[in-house]
Amino acid sequence: MTQALLQVKDLVVEFTGRRGTLRALDQVSFDIAPGEILGVVGESGAGKSLTGAAIIGLIEAPGRIASGQIVLQGQRIDNLGPEQLRHIRGRKIGAIFQDPLTSLNPLYTIGQQLTQTILTHLPLTPAQARERAIQLLEDTGIAAAAQRLHHYPHQFSGGMRQRVVIALALAAEPQLIVADEPTTALDVSIQAQIITLLKRVCRQHGTAVMLITHDMGVIAETCDRVAVLYAGRVAEIGPVREVIHHSAHPYTAGLMAAIPDITQDLEQLYQIDGAMPRLDAIPPGCAFHPRCAHGQRDDCRQQRPELMAAGATRAACWLHQGAPS
Amino acid sequence: MSSPLVQVQDLAKTFDVSAPWLNRVLEGKPRLLLHAVDGVSFEIERGKTLALVGESGCGKSTVARLLVGLYQPSRGQVQFAGQDLHAGLKGGDSGALRRRIQMIFQDPYASLNPRWRVHDIVAEPLSEQGLVSDALELSARVAQLLVSVGLSELDGAKYPHQFSGGQRQRISIARALATNPEFLVCDEPTSALDVSVQAQVLNIMKELQRRLGLTYLFISHNLAVVRHMSDAVGVMYLGRLVELADKQALFARPRHPYTRMLLDAIPKLHDTGRERTPVQGEVPNPLQPPAGCAFHPRCPHANARCAAERPELLTLGGARIACHAVQEQRIPFA
Repeated sequence: MTQALLQVKDLVVEFTGRRGTLRALDQVSFDIAPGEILGVVGESGAGKSLTGAAIIGLIEAPGRIASGQIVLQGQRIDNLGPEQLRHIRGRKIGAIFQDPLTSLNPLYTIGQQLTQTILTHLPLTPAQARERAIQLLEDTGIAAAAQRLHHYPHQFSGGMRQRVVIALALAAEPQLIVADEPTTALDVSIQAQIITLLKRVCRQHGTAVMLITHDMGVIAETCDRVAVLYAGRVAEIGPVREVIHHSAHPYTAGLMAAIPDITQDLEQLYQIDGAMPRLDAIPPGCAFHPRCAHGQRDDCRQQRPELMAAGATRAACWLHQGAPS
Repeated sequence: MSSPLVQVQDLAKTFDVSAPWLNRVLEGKPRLLLHAVDGVSFEIERGKTLALVGESGCGKSTVARLLVGLYQPSRGQVQFAGQDLHAGLKGGDSGALRRRIQMIFQDPYASLNPRWRVHDIVAEPLSEQGLVSDALELSARVAQLLVSVGLSELDGAKYPHQFSGGQRQRISIARALATNPEFLVCDEPTSALDVSVQAQVLNIMKELQRRLGLTYLFISHNLAVVRHMSDAVGVMYLGRLVELADKQALFARPRHPYTRMLLDAIPKLHDTGRERTPVQGEVPNPLQPPAGCAFHPRCPHANARCAAERPELLTLGGARIACHAVQEQRIPFA
């Protein structure tokens, strides 16, 4: 097996407030292989964006990484200072956020933003940087790239801006891109274009992607593997086809069944009753047990399940204890 | 056969987005009109759901606001139970009409007053319309409404911030139901919710429709949700209906190229790792819509006629479609 590009080990992120400490991520572990697209899915508040922010080193006070490790190509990056992190962000890890308008500086042309990023991280001359900027814009499907360099972000449409952001993320040839809801602000036809683009350019450049989204459809079409987060913990992780079609965790199965199906008519949708617990009221044992159809066993209520082999995936669920993998 | 509850004829709404008068005079800037909704006609049968779908800026929310009287139409009219809606809302007895039509908004964080208790929010339409004057009776009615949407009657004493997004949307539904309306206009009621919560809210809405015989206009950009909720579907593009069909027909045999593109653009759960070539181009600027068919710059079947002549919405094989290519049978039957 090739060595993992990124390893996240037992990551714990806590927020300290007046009323005590809240644990927003609780022992999250996964890894990403070089060139792989890993989906991270979950409902609001499950901790998916926070996981992305921890990897990019953008967790702000009062939040902090309380324990665990983030290892990029054998180097620990969770304990680096701001100056060292600056060299890793952009150079080794690129980022794409949900709203392309807020991730671009409105006062600079996109050409200035692109060449600046390239010059900061790569040993190129300004002329070479400009060449590279044009190449990147062409790669991301922007027509008349040489003229578009002189335009400001407000002169682009939403879908075009997200293309520029993808070009920016790729500017210094990072090995990993963290994409946090990159298509949520876009219409479906534009979303389809951006997803296809992201997939294509990352395959071309051999870039691994951590794709954070709440849309299972996007995950299904884009990712190699997927991690399902619930209440700050990984509920299930495995190859995307297996997780979708043979979900091992009752939460994943319920989530899949709750999505309205465009190919068939149902009288009623499957619903998981209740809502995800708040961070200050995460139940003991399995965090999902109060909403789970199988959650009335003693071990579910008392003891927290670790990720265990469950068919072709790994699930944090006592139902799979001792099951042959 | 009874006549439809809602009949919309050639409805249009134009917004004046010109520069201020002084700038127009000094800088010679022209008047700018935005045709948000441009000649839309449809009807909704009593007890049924019509869904309107389309991408941002297609005018679906403007239609919703026209139908509850939040906007005055620039052209055309809406007949509600045989009566002219906008004339009725201006007349002396507008209250009687208003209480028959209610609306559920997209964002349950913005549509509930954060300083009011849930009881007061749900009770407001009742006391405002003078339906219930007795305080005890009012509390009983509010409690009953809260229970009907799956909340507890004790929740009335709480404030909106104490509820999750899905629960807030239930409060919005309870408020909309307070006046015993016949017609609910729902503008993206679940777009702000997570899928598991969305399923809860959609199930409640369907159950209430069955029980109370409600008629819905359901606005959404999510075609899977639309398939689950609707009886008929209207697809909008740049202020006009491009296809209006029975749900079964639309999903089994989408005819308009834009409908097909929308259906194809949705990421499918069952097609893991699907490779595809998405439709190129974006929705044009609604201030300068293309001549002829508004979709022609993105349409794979467009020809010279599409660029010059605007297609009318014509009945073809049970559905209504505005497309020259379909009418001339240039598009092979799917």
